[in-house]
Amino acid sequence: MDEMITVNNVSKNFISRGNSDTLALKGVSFSLEHGETLGIVGESGSGKSTVAKLITGLISPTKGEIRICDNDIQRQKGENPLELYSKIQMVFQNPVESFNPRKTLGYSIGESLRNRGFSASAASTMVAELLEKVGLTAEFATKYPHQVSGGQCQRAAIARALAVEPNILVCDEATSALDVTVQKQIMELLDELRKTRDLSIIFICHNLALVQSFCDRVIVLYDGVIVEQGRPNDIINNPQAEYTKSLVDSIL
Amino acid sequence: MDSLLTYENVEISFEKCPVIHNISFSLHEGEILALVGESGSGKSTLIRSALGLLNDNGKVTGGKISYKGTNLLSLREREMRQIRGAEIGMIFQDAKGSLCPIRTIGDQILESIAAHKNINKADAKSKALELFEKLNFKNPEKLWNSYPFELSGGMNQRAAIAITMLLNPSILLADEPTSALDVAVQKQVVEEILALRELFGSAIIIVTHDISVASAMADTVIVLKDGHMMEYGPAKEILHNPTNDYTKMLLSAVPRLKRRQEIV
Repeated sequence: MDEMITVNNVSKNFISRGNSDTLALKGVSFSLEHGETLGIVGESGSGKSTVAKLITGLISPTKGEIRICDNDIQRQKGENPLELYSKIQMVFQNPVESFNPRKTLGYSIGESLRNRGFSASAASTMVAELLEKVGLTAEFATKYPHQVSGGQCQRAAIARALAVEPNILVCDEATSALDVTVQKQIMELLDELRKTRDLSIIFICHNLALVQSFCDRVIVLYDGVIVEQGRPNDIINNPQAEYTKSLVDSIL
Repeated sequence: MDSLLTYENVEISFEKCPVIHNISFSLHEGEILALVGESGSGKSTLIRSALGLLNDNGKVTGGKISYKGTNLLSLREREMRQIRGAEIGMIFQDAKGSLCPIRTIGDQILESIAAHKNINKADAKSKALELFEKLNFKNPEKLWNSYPFELSGGMNQRAAIAITMLLNPSILLADEPTSALDVAVQKQVVEEILALRELFGSAIIIVTHDISVASAMADTVIVLKDGHMMEYGPAKEILHNPTNDYTKMLLSAVPRLKRRQEIV
């Protein structure tokens, strides 16, 4: 099982009534290798988040095939979505909004465990362990999303994603809404997690410098098309595509 | 060179709880001052206080803020309106949100000019289009007739900056003007603000949590933490040789792009 994710010639068309359709992705192919951290960069509207939603099964492709750990997610979805979700989990840009505001962090983190048949008490023990793993304390289980800081909430979101012990973590601009100091802490946490757990990571980010320091390989998306991919250092120092050149040039 | 705007031992409180402590600085003609710090450090509060834009439970509870010798804190609302916009302009992070959604950019320009200057519509429009051209807007006439929702985030911010500058204020307060924008657009906006300083000679205070924006623009920098001034001085010194521990920590957290010469 070397390829964790295989995306084969995938297109996504958003149909909107009254307006022309939006072709968000146009025949995109890439793969995520086992243990790899793959960065996806591109400007707003380039299709980064559409990729994240497709590979996590939140939306389905108009055309093409997506395989997660060698299962076609299209067919998987109807049968047993829990199976898919235990392989791939997502961390979102806005941690506070990604939690149910009326439930405690502990409730939300434990939800997937209870759905998988763990008893409430077993789940809450596991939640406490998870919270400690991401650098929080067990007391955070009783807090509501609005009672904690953005950085703490993002740690809780990472704990929620890790609860089902996924093989793949998709971080969609997971640090973009955070202060640089907090961003650094979250990056250190992710780095530690990928070293200590069997995790492959898709890291979607518009900050090239962050991608350079964290990713093994990077894909540059522009207007729904992959214009370039390779090692971050090669792409930053020797960009081939016009868009990548202008992206690198615009870094202050 | 006399200072345009001076803060002297300013303390600001929300519901009697002080959040800004004893801040003093002065802004000179043509100077770009960057206020940097984390969320909640008081950056926005500090510049909003100059224009009386703190919300109801916020008050300046100590010190003095003066503009060209006038104490802004002692002005009545009517007098403050003469300053706001005409003397001290302000732009915000969410440009689209700061513009009226149901009126065209042109309409909003006419309104802001009419509030401060006695000038007919045709003259106001030609003045605006002239500025659009100076700022290299591709299609000034189209921009004039556009609604904010028809423009991208970057174009909205550039339009908001142009609207503010048409009144030719001596000071521009910019509250995170580039934070909601893509890097490529961010660079355009930074360049535009720098071009405006050349054109108008305005002094600018830019609030940003993005150290690279600060270092690309600023002459002087203030580092704020929890409402306290940690460091204040020339941008080059502070951003390259910080002496304060907090500044050092803040700078070390910024991810930097390593270009070829640095990798080797």
